[in-house]
Amino acid sequence: MEKTSTNNSRRTFLKSSLLAGGGLMIHFSGLAKFALPSGSAETHLIQLTEINGYVKISADNMITLICPNPEFGQNVMTSLPMMVAEELDVDWKKVIVEMGPHDSVKLGGQFTGGSNSVRSYWRPLRMAGATARNMLMQAASQTWAVPIEEITSKAGILYHEKSGRKGTYGEFATKASAIPVPKDVKLKAVKDFNVIRTSQKNVEGTKIISGKPLFGLDYKHEGMLIAMIHHPPAFGMKLKSFDASAALKMPGIKNVFSLKLYEDGFEQAGFDVRSFNDLLVVVGKTTWEVMNARKKLLVEWMPAGDVIDTMGGRGGKRDVIVPGALENTTAQLQKMREFAKKPAQQLRKDGDPETAFKNAAQIIERTYDAPFLAHNCMEPMNFFAHVTDEKALLVGPLQAPGLAEPTLSKILNLPADKIEIQMTRMGGGFGRRAYTHYATEAALISKKVKAPVKLIYSREDDTTYGIYRPMYTATYRAALDSNKNLIAFHVKGGGIPEHAIHANRFPAGAVDNYLAEGWAIPSNITIGAFRAPRSNFNAAAEQSFLDELAEAMGKDPIDFRLELLKRAKENPVGKNNEYDADRYAGVLKLVREKSGWTGAGDKKFSRGVAAYFCHNSYAAHVVDMTMRDGEPYVERVFSAVDCGIVINPDAASNMVQGAVIDGIGNSLYGGLTHKNGVVEENNFHKYRIIRMHEAPKTVDVSFVQNDIDPTGLGEPPFPPVFGAVANALYKVHGRRFYQQPFLLSKPDGPSV
Amino acid sequence: MMILTINNIRHEVNIDAEATLLSILRDELDLTGTKYGCGEGACGACTVHVNGLAVRSCTTSAGSVVGKSVTTIEGLETNGILHPVQQAFLKSDPLQCAYCASGMIMSAAALLREKPAPSTADINTAMNGNICRCGTYPNIVKAIKLASTILTAK
Repeated sequence: MEKTSTNNSRRTFLKSSLLAGGGLMIHFSGLAKFALPSGSAETHLIQLTEINGYVKISADNMITLICPNPEFGQNVMTSLPMMVAEELDVDWKKVIVEMGPHDSVKLGGQFTGGSNSVRSYWRPLRMAGATARNMLMQAASQTWAVPIEEITSKAGILYHEKSGRKGTYGEFATKASAIPVPKDVKLKAVKDFNVIRTSQKNVEGTKIISGKPLFGLDYKHEGMLIAMIHHPPAFGMKLKSFDASAALKMPGIKNVFSLKLYEDGFEQAGFDVRSFNDLLVVVGKTTWEVMNARKKLLVEWMPAGDVIDTMGGRGGKRDVIVPGALENTTAQLQKMREFAKKPAQQLRKDGDPETAFKNAAQIIERTYDAPFLAHNCMEPMNFFAHVTDEKALLVGPLQAPGLAEPTLSKILNLPADKIEIQMTRMGGGFGRRAYTHYATEAALISKKVKAPVKLIYSREDDTTYGIYRPMYTATYRAALDSNKNLIAFHVKGGGIPEHAIHANRFPAGAVDNYLAEGWAIPSNITIGAFRAPRSNFNAAAEQSFLDELAEAMGKDPIDFRLELLKRAKENPVGKNNEYDADRYAGVLKLVREKSGWTGAGDKKFSRGVAAYFCHNSYAAHVVDMTMRDGEPYVERVFSAVDCGIVINPDAASNMVQGAVIDGIGNSLYGGLTHKNGVVEENNFHKYRIIRMHEAPKTVDVSFVQNDIDPTGLGEPPFPPVFGAVANALYKVHGRRFYQQPFLLSKPDGPSV
Repeated sequence: MMILTINNIRHEVNIDAEATLLSILRDELDLTGTKYGCGEGACGACTVHVNGLAVRSCTTSAGSVVGKSVTTIEGLETNGILHPVQQAFLKSDPLQCAYCASGMIMSAAALLREKPAPSTADINTAMNGNICRCGTYPNIVKAIKLASTILTAK
């Protein structure tokens, strides 16, 4: 057993949670009824004792575990409580899991994003389980008057072998909750895990397959009205005037008004991104009525001109000018080409790249582009709000209640403890729901109409009012000497309105002379995190370029990468290299083995390989492509991932498979274009999403087996898919593809 | 006023006949298992059965189903027993966010009614109107094949 001291902050936290909510509480649980024998009353009043924020136990030994982080399909409602259950020592099959409310005191950071959930809760949740178990054992020790060392536990029952005594956790819960939180608890050794590393089904499975209300759009509240927004039709436009007289005459319509989201000078934190500050709002009884009334609105829009946004947050208070021009995709690309020629910000420099390029026997230069992407969460943005002068209740899909709350507090002028946020299951997130302007909008609408309101975005609203993946470009240059050795590497990346370059990632550290530069073009197109931000472009560009380099050097693409990683391991260049060269090489070796890369292979397929590091994890894919009905088709994929300890293996494999298919879809088809500021792909008939017949038949997932603390999983397998697809396309066509989405772009000849 | 038969129950609905079946199900009848995804019949999240056939309720008017039998995900089980597709989805746990679940299950159930032992090609054809943004398609195919096994074993 590993002995671990509780650190100060953790101790304080567990203490405070005991003070805040410890002891006996009455819990009216709708979920709990599933654990009762059939024939029990529909609802059941259950007394639950809160041992800490994550663990509640009833007298009849019903164990309820609280999931702190919002669920958007990454399966945290299962994997996070599994970590508690492991150390608490309870029968997983009998555990009830509930989504917690927003409560940063009891439940920590509660941030779903950045592949962060499992890694940030890995220690706190096991500690919560172990601490609760210890308190129950102390309670039994006192009751039975035996030393705690003689008490053992198994599946929610405590035993004292010598005296033959036993008792359920439930019998000791009340007493345990009054015991001071222990300073030292022992955590299990990895080899003793019996919940973690076992495959467990989604705890919400029964509700999912029977259509129970789980999502924000399904939420209902007494007296609830429906609201929809009407936003400018183009980025760079704003509301000039409107005539709502016809809309107001439509059945069921309560109100039509314009809404200002942020007052002038409001200091926006990083996640306060919003596309339009003035919106038209229609409020009515039903979705159907509100949708119809929207069509009757007479609205005049006008160019917004340059707008000044006041930014706060980590960078300190500063004004940012948002340019007013109405953008066009062809002009965006043209502008990127112009900026790429200008001097840029140096992000990292090793050795003397200028001289190395001057002395090179051969220089290879390639430019890669990628479009804006919309998240296209299957459940469009929505939120419920009930705001009064005294308090606010907000319910809906969001990734970061802790980031939403300070903004709501300022906008509504209510203290944080008067704002209750409940998290519903999200129909997808992918980063989009970290930007909760829609919750703020719902709150302001409710405040204005003095009623509970659910704000609903239509699909078109969702797609055309986006916080998109930026548009990116990067030019890569490599210098080879006369023996075809790589002597210098240069990447210069840019984008609208940010560049994607991670200067300290591979192959930085593996090349003596290295230069990374970045530049950006300001824009009024709003952007934000999209599954593995920046990495999702880097991996496409860099991994395609490395493939081309390997070919120019006459090397196998995996061997070439392994050579570079060997160099980075044995004699690293520079100091701030973010990746672990051994773990990086590990996924390449594993995917090489699993895919039979070095064998004869299946001649039916054209193969592409790529690997990438992000969110502390490593992923590599081999993509097997054919041509089918005139289109490239990825029929089979092999994936190797190192994310440390895997909590729930089947669900983790599912996550990797999903990332692979998401990557294939977005690399081949994904893209958002603008015409005079208008988003051209406003719904699924124009925005092509990968469908069942286009998905691979198999995605074979292997995890590197090690005992390293878990690292990220939701994002890391996604970026390298783009590179592997590009490299397989080259094998299919004999020509390289440099522009995403690949299926819309014509293969280019070498750009130099 | 219209009379609609939903999950074998007759409902009197007081809304204009042009209203979509989806909006009636979700807003008037509290049957929120059927999801809104696109409003143009392109994603399949709103799939229900009308007289046993899969239709997109977001592009189906309420008036057009008067006198017909509508089944939603809430009415798919019979006598308290889950439909084989529901059983298979529960057992093989194919999904992630699961917003597409109801539509996927309803489309698959309609397919199996017609073809109890579909090929992969049959499944792809029947299901290509249903988007899973999380990309769990190979697992959904597996689940449908498991459902077929359950169904044909009866």
